[in-house]
Amino acid sequence: MLTIFHYLILSFLLFSIGVAGVLLRRNIIIVLMSLELIFNSVNISLAAFSYYLQSLNGTVFVIFNITVAAAEVAIGLAILVSVYRVRKTVNVEDLDEMRY
Amino acid sequence: MEQLFFYIFALVAVVSAVLVVSVRNAVHSAFYLIICLLQVAALFILLRSPFLAAVQVFIYVGAVMVLFLFAVMVLDIGKEKTKEFIHSQWLPAVGVIIALFVMIGYMIKRGKLSASLGIYNEAALAKNTEVIGKTLFTQYIFPFEVVSLLLLVALIGAIVLVMKDKGRARKNNGAGS
Repeated sequence: MLTIFHYLILSFLLFSIGVAGVLLRRNIIIVLMSLELIFNSVNISLAAFSYYLQSLNGTVFVIFNITVAAAEVAIGLAILVSVYRVRKTVNVEDLDEMRY
Repeated sequence: MEQLFFYIFALVAVVSAVLVVSVRNAVHSAFYLIICLLQVAALFILLRSPFLAAVQVFIYVGAVMVLFLFAVMVLDIGKEKTKEFIHSQWLPAVGVIIALFVMIGYMIKRGKLSASLGIYNEAALAKNTEVIGKTLFTQYIFPFEVVSLLLLVALIGAIVLVMKDKGRARKNNGAGS
């Protein structure tokens, strides 16, 4: 019998992997992909809560979440392209002009 | 049977997610991410929401990942030349990840579901798309409009960000001459 904890543990594993990608990788495109991974893990847990609590709020929230993720990717890649045009690099450690 | 499929999808999703953050080539990473997103769509079907699975395949696999591959192609990154692709802050990062792992794991282990069940049981969810549409356009109509505005802003913002700066160039030329 599948319980909500199966889905929560899967979502938690994917979330941890995504956080590891964001914190550990240098390539900014991989960082954005890891962000997508995090979005997806949250979507799994929302859909699982929605199903096991027999409520529709989680499902609707997943739809909003996917919309926000699409907007985020569009803006993020636009920023990435314009940064690459100026700096010719995608290494996050080279992009530190605004560091205190 | 359902459990077997859950384990298959979960295993493939976790393995491909690990490969996304560990392979060196950005294009391979994108393809592994596509596999992971398809597994998530399959999990949505196991959770009795085929509408979400369709949206996941259309938007994530169809639009977002194509955008990613397009960006990889335009930026001409390819394989990372340096052996070092790990961020130099890896030691505190690993600490943060382990702390997060322990904390959320503890929460999941100790958590109990105490909320009361809603009205959307499996029979009501048989007409999945219709039910979601009704909820989205009645109860959630204001967030729906806000999100549509957000998409419009993102569209305009993306265009403005990648536009070649013709206006400023002309102004600079004018100041120079």
